[in-house]
Amino acid sequence: MDKKDILKHLPYSKPFLFVDEILEINENSVTGQYTFSPQHDFYKGHFKDNPVTPGVILTECMAQIGLVCLGIFLLNKDSSISENLHIALSSSEVEYFKPVFPGETVEVVSEKQYFRFNKLKCKVSMFNNSEELVCRGVIAGMIIDNKGNE
Amino acid sequence: MSEKEIIERLKKIVEPYVQRSEGLENFQEKTDFLNDLEINSANLVDVVLDVEDEFDIEIDNDSMEGMLTVGDAKSIIQDKIKAE
Repeated sequence: MDKKDILKHLPYSKPFLFVDEILEINENSVTGQYTFSPQHDFYKGHFKDNPVTPGVILTECMAQIGLVCLGIFLLNKDSSISENLHIALSSSEVEYFKPVFPGETVEVVSEKQYFRFNKLKCKVSMFNNSEELVCRGVIAGMIIDNKGNE
Repeated sequence: MSEKEIIERLKKIVEPYVQRSEGLENFQEKTDFLNDLEINSANLVDVVLDVEDEFDIEIDNDSMEGMLTVGDAKSIIQDKIKAE
């Protein structure tokens, strides 16, 4: 499965898709990037007259690139995946170091800790354009392909 | 390893993942991981990984699916230890 096919299988759309491109992917890791459009609605309120990307959105971006993209790649290795993908975040422990402002591009690097019994747990880091660490943590989720169970 | 010892060690493993602590007071073969202890499926995976480390065994997908109660886990552990 190539990098573009993985994006097609992502179960998100605007305004909640936080993946632009996968730069590298293999069985153990994934690197991807996303540019935070200044048009995002949350900038109007976070914060008033001082737009900064919310930490929960950074976490979401890390999870979409670091877990969901990698999860789709890993599931598809065993047998080709269907359109009926079920995913759920199960835990996240993240530290934040730098703010991300509207228009910034970030790179997310994720390393697999394990993928067993449909649970994927990864060590995930996010970097800004100056290659500074923005945030990092350990995120886990369940990813299940419910083939034929519509 | 005695059955009692396996169950004691299992109890220690599941403790950090339990959401319903009353379930631990009466920890026995019939104790159901989901209903009595309210361990969710994501945490049940961690229980299984800890069981693998603790007993030095490998648990496959089929065994995992059949692991609903403490008794199920105990039987699987016993079988795997025998097969080692």
